[in-house]
Amino acid sequence: MSGAASASAWRGPAKLVLKRTGLALVTLVLVSAVIFTISGLLPGDAAQELLGQGATPEQIAALRQEMGLDRPAVVRYFEWLRGIALGDPGQSLVANKPVAEIISERLPNTLTLAGLTTLFSVPIAFLIGIASAVSRGKGTDRALNIATLAMVALPEFLVATIAVLVFSVKLLWLPSITIVPQDPTLWEFLRAYAMPVMVLGVGVIAQLGRMIRAAIIAELDRPYVEMARLKGVSQRRLIFRHVLPNAVGPIVNAMALSLSYLFGGAIIVETIFSYPGLASLMVNAVTSRDMPLLQACAMLFCATYLLLVLIADTVAILANPRLRQG
Amino acid sequence: MLSRRGLLGGLAAGAVLAPADQLIGKPRVGGRIRVAGIVASTADTIDPAKGGNSSDYMRLFLLYSGLTQYDGALRAQPGLAEAIETDDNIVWTIRLRRGVQFHNGKTLSADDVVYSLLRHKDPAVGSKVKAVAEQFASARRVGPLEVELRLTGPNPDIPIILAQAQFVIVENGRRDFSVANGTGPFVLKSFAPGIRTVVRRNPNYWKPGKPYLDEIELIAIPDELSRVNALLSGDVQMVISVSPGSVKRVKASSSHLIMETKSGLYTDLVMRQDHPLTGNPDFVLGMKHLLDRDLIKRALFRGYATIANDQPISPLDPYYNPGIPQRAFDPEKAKFYLKRSGLLGTRLPVYVSPAATQSVDMGSILQEHAAQIGLKLAVNRVPSDGYWSTHWMRHPLTFGNINQRPTTDLMFSLFFQSKATENEAAWKNSKFDRMLIEARQTRDESVRKAIYGEMQWMIHRTGGIGIPVFISLLDGYDRRVRGLQPVPLGGLMGYTFGEHVWLDA
Repeated sequence: MSGAASASAWRGPAKLVLKRTGLALVTLVLVSAVIFTISGLLPGDAAQELLGQGATPEQIAALRQEMGLDRPAVVRYFEWLRGIALGDPGQSLVANKPVAEIISERLPNTLTLAGLTTLFSVPIAFLIGIASAVSRGKGTDRALNIATLAMVALPEFLVATIAVLVFSVKLLWLPSITIVPQDPTLWEFLRAYAMPVMVLGVGVIAQLGRMIRAAIIAELDRPYVEMARLKGVSQRRLIFRHVLPNAVGPIVNAMALSLSYLFGGAIIVETIFSYPGLASLMVNAVTSRDMPLLQACAMLFCATYLLLVLIADTVAILANPRLRQG
Repeated sequence: MLSRRGLLGGLAAGAVLAPADQLIGKPRVGGRIRVAGIVASTADTIDPAKGGNSSDYMRLFLLYSGLTQYDGALRAQPGLAEAIETDDNIVWTIRLRRGVQFHNGKTLSADDVVYSLLRHKDPAVGSKVKAVAEQFASARRVGPLEVELRLTGPNPDIPIILAQAQFVIVENGRRDFSVANGTGPFVLKSFAPGIRTVVRRNPNYWKPGKPYLDEIELIAIPDELSRVNALLSGDVQMVISVSPGSVKRVKASSSHLIMETKSGLYTDLVMRQDHPLTGNPDFVLGMKHLLDRDLIKRALFRGYATIANDQPISPLDPYYNPGIPQRAFDPEKAKFYLKRSGLLGTRLPVYVSPAATQSVDMGSILQEHAAQIGLKLAVNRVPSDGYWSTHWMRHPLTFGNINQRPTTDLMFSLFFQSKATENEAAWKNSKFDRMLIEARQTRDESVRKAIYGEMQWMIHRTGGIGIPVFISLLDGYDRRVRGLQPVPLGGLMGYTFGEHVWLDA
């Protein structure tokens, strides 16, 4: 293959990816407007929350002015947007610290929890998905189906509460709250994270497992699989060499959704296990009406989501010859 | 007991808490506990002036000491001040304990006290008790260990007011509160707002032999169920605020106990007096007779409450007036008054929210009883978030939730004085306002008691609030933790547990 030919082969997908990136950026700007508007609709503001029930109107007005809350919303929006674009989400109204600093303290916690959950869930989900797809319609498949459907249907707070009651309160095996000691040993570290990772894993494994099953089954019905089987390709080789690479698009998409959920949606798990992650930080910001912090969290979650979806799309484009042609 | 003339000096003052110490064995030094509060946020602080919630108060009392401190009967005992004396309730002389050291080794002097008291008046500090501190006309050093505090008007309650968490003593000139330099029983080891506070024993604490624990870690678990689970699983040794519904679970555990602290906390029905419908005196009386106090105590609080009588001073308060006859649940009387008010048949919205403890269920009970006598109440349940700024006091019928304040004067002046911003029911009574001032000026204790007694009558008769019960505070703790005793102003010994508890081996 000549150099020119390969370059033109890449031009199609590159254009597509660029287009997607542009769309993601536009989405992000639209989202920023929505976030700003909605957070402005919340009753009360940081000045009221900070001064509490007994504040006089003069005190509140003075603090509002100090916080800059008395300026028109449009002015505040564009100032904030400019800050975000330059990478400075501003100053927290409540903690008197830069928002970036507060978020950077919590971000490692969220990434650790999301990372561990991914490491734990993805292999199991693949196992379940493949085993289920291969034995489609048989006993194993039916049993796994029932199990994963039940896992999807169980609300997280119920799983978490039951897990705490059984493993912490009754058996005293695992801690009921996730406090990682400073400089933990590997054992302490794993023990501390066992419960939240398990609870988060339940939903992720079940959803991802079902998506993988569906994606593989869709491929298994294709003529090329039959062809491969006729040629005597072994089951293992068929799945891993032929089917999985073709099913990678939908699977990566499902994974992106799960990951973005782990990043910003772990609020129930964070609450129940009293874990200082980003989701509880954001809820905190809502109750204290710390708008810069709230908006920065919301933007961060959105940006991560868009980024993950973009990556998934890119992988799907690159994996799919038809899309690759543009 | 504190008299206006002076505060008892010396060691005898600790006597109120001491006997029980002896009953439960000899304190042991050493050990570490983890304690779970309710609130943690990026607003967590170790600046006394900014302390605004139970977790802040616990943190402050671990690290700092006040000039005075509360005992189990809402009286002031000596703290850093050996004595506080006055002849006219206006000029107070504060004599400080000798040889008290800050955590950094500096010795406590009059300058530190002057600075600590006056910084609350500085708008730039943003103190939560600025309004209270406005009455400090001046504070000046008289001697190395003597301060003269001059008030703008007479106030006999100064020793009690100075025991509040925000008035603990910081070092002269201190502006940076990223670290804590106090004279308290514990020294700050690490502080991560919204996550945890770790403190270790202060070997130079000014109370001989105290504190007992080597280390305390303070965290917060906002979710009540998780908090109780963490206690039962042994991850924390003490939790503040257990709901009445969880008491059974804690008691079922062989290694955990519940401490009930009777308090003056109440959730009240607020009937705005500036509204034509709810301002009708017959309507107010009718509603007060419609409160099923026994049922509320039994069903909503599982007995962990004290029946109240539509006035805010609880039986724990030294100025409580026991002579006011108890108003009982009486649908017949309620019907009589409501009929006279002409409001039977009108549909009235009442706002309830989880923000005001148990108001949702109180509202439902009230609605049920009202329906039986022909009064239509529409219960509107609104979320906790934003309740205080957007609903409370903003509609004709809402529920409030008022924490006990340390003095009778504060309860009256914050919530019932005509001009008070938190006068929940907009109840205006000029005679009441005059009596409030009169009580501050009198130098005769029995006269003050009589005035406060009459003021309780006035609120009971015509005030725009219905108070069904005073709510007990419930804390859970590991059986090995010893030395806990109720202090009515808040959970875990009015947030001061740190220096009192020890861990039994």
